[in-house]
Amino acid sequence: MATYIIRRLLQMIPVFIFATMLIFAMVFSLPGDPIRALAGERAQSESVRQALIEEYNLDDPLPVQYGKYAAGLLRGDFGANFRGRPVSDIIKQRLPITARLAAVAFVFEVFLGVLAGILAGVRQRGFFDSLVLVSTLTVISIPIFVLGFLAQVTFGLKLGWFPVAGIKQGWISYLLPGMVLGSVSLAYVARLTRSSLIDNLGADYVRTATAKGLTRGRVVGVHAMRNSLIPVVTYLGIDLGALLGGAIVTETVFNIPGLGGAVFDGVVRQEGTTVVGITTFIILVYMFTTLLVDILYAVLDPRIRYD
Amino acid sequence: MDPLLVVDDLHVEFRTDDGVVRAVNGLSYMVDRRETVAILGESGSGKSVSAQAIMGLIASPPGFITKGSVRFEGRELLTMAEDERRKVRGADIAMVFQDALSALNPVFSVGWQISEMFRKHRGASKKEAKKSAVELMELVEIPDATNRYRSFPHEFSGGMRQRVMIAMALALDPDVLIADEPTTALDVTVQAQVMQLLENVQAEFGMGLVLITHDLGVVAEQADRVVVMYAGRAMEKGTIDEIFDQPHHPYTEGLMNSIPRLDDLNERLNPIRGNPPDLLRIPSGCAFRPRCPYQQPDCAEVEPTLEFVGDSGRSTACHHWRDAFGE
Repeated sequence: MATYIIRRLLQMIPVFIFATMLIFAMVFSLPGDPIRALAGERAQSESVRQALIEEYNLDDPLPVQYGKYAAGLLRGDFGANFRGRPVSDIIKQRLPITARLAAVAFVFEVFLGVLAGILAGVRQRGFFDSLVLVSTLTVISIPIFVLGFLAQVTFGLKLGWFPVAGIKQGWISYLLPGMVLGSVSLAYVARLTRSSLIDNLGADYVRTATAKGLTRGRVVGVHAMRNSLIPVVTYLGIDLGALLGGAIVTETVFNIPGLGGAVFDGVVRQEGTTVVGITTFIILVYMFTTLLVDILYAVLDPRIRYD
Repeated sequence: MDPLLVVDDLHVEFRTDDGVVRAVNGLSYMVDRRETVAILGESGSGKSVSAQAIMGLIASPPGFITKGSVRFEGRELLTMAEDERRKVRGADIAMVFQDALSALNPVFSVGWQISEMFRKHRGASKKEAKKSAVELMELVEIPDATNRYRSFPHEFSGGMRQRVMIAMALALDPDVLIADEPTTALDVTVQAQVMQLLENVQAEFGMGLVLITHDLGVVAEQADRVVVMYAGRAMEKGTIDEIFDQPHHPYTEGLMNSIPRLDDLNERLNPIRGNPPDLLRIPSGCAFRPRCPYQQPDCAEVEPTLEFVGDSGRSTACHHWRDAFGE
């Protein structure tokens, strides 16, 4: 197991290099002049313009630019945005906000999703099963910004239960956007739990558990569920990575200054350093969560061994 | 005193989208303590379904027990409240399944799965349950039981897994043990060991054993009495010697003739021609009629019922057994 983890950590190095290169090239190939865009409608003096181009190495060919950036990374320098603010500062400031939003979304989708999946799965084709299938399909089909606006209007404005936007009111400000952000994953978790449970309820070992004279609750809750959770955990792990990477749409709708918004701003301003810095960070988060999932996998399913 | 287990006129059907599959159509037999009854039949003859009906393992829908009765020590199981029925399962009537690899839960250790019986039925502490489970594993001759307690099903060989299943079934000292094709998934050499184990534990625990199999060799070695099933019905019932020495039903005769013989290497295999019936469309009258070498016109009209042959208690469900096999 230890050698496996070390091997997985080492694999992160080439992925890291390749991913940063790719994203850097993509930002580089965006059309437009980022320095000119900084000034907007106003005139920009040629000397300022030249100084900025010089500072951010924008005249160099792509490989040279990337080389300079990568050299900085090795020194632990993520670079700075066009206003001179270090990217590591941006991450430090925005990550806690994104983490709080992700935590709300994750707790919401895990508990409600698994619960709905179990209740639907134990009585296949029952009323609750149909309810879960229809409602999850609805949630999956509606674009998340529509869900966000609906939630704002209903729970924020009309009912007044939650703040409409912003993060000024502490934890409660994260509840509504967190639920909106987690709703689609909740739907997937519920459906995945349901179908996985239904599969397992038809398995031979469930019949054995029944033949042992165990209660239905134990047969389903212990024997079938332990097996059914394996694919659900995989999904949740990947989803946790996605949540920690920021949520551009939800953050925009609810006016939350998280990582997603920072990436978006970076793309709009063609700030290669910001975009590459944050996305690289997100890729690292992804790789760690998938590693975590794979380790958890072996814990849940003794048939899986990494030797 | 009531007999240990009585199955009486059991009917089980599955209502599917394609129609009603009549899996068991009026099966009756009984088992007493220290007795082994073999239910012999091809796949699809309803032998496993009848066992699951006794255990209450038929999922409904689609499965329905439409008629009949199953009595354990005089208590009717089919109408019993689910909570009471549950206490019969595992404790009074236990079952060993065919494929132990899929019948054991892959994510729990075998020791955990055996000791669960003591923890959940007897309220035993973890420590007590573990001790009893290790003892059981030793009883079914799993070597190094204390260490193997923590192993998972996939870490065992097929024969050892089946021993785990047997240990689990024996945990609460049941009165009836139903073994559903316990050796089918195993190598021939291991089959003999597992059958020997079943024989030993039966001698030790004194339970009634219902042995469901399609293997005539297994039947010959172990059974006291045999019920030959075809299309969900009993075709012939009798003691092992009666059935093997002198079949009184064309189907039983066909089965006996299909055994390959080692002493005559030139003889060709002699299978029963045709295929078992589609349970959606069981032929009218005698279900075996289309494959029967002795068939007469009346076989298509009236379904034969079991009638006694002689006074030993053996019976056959054939209109023409007298013509075909003599008195």
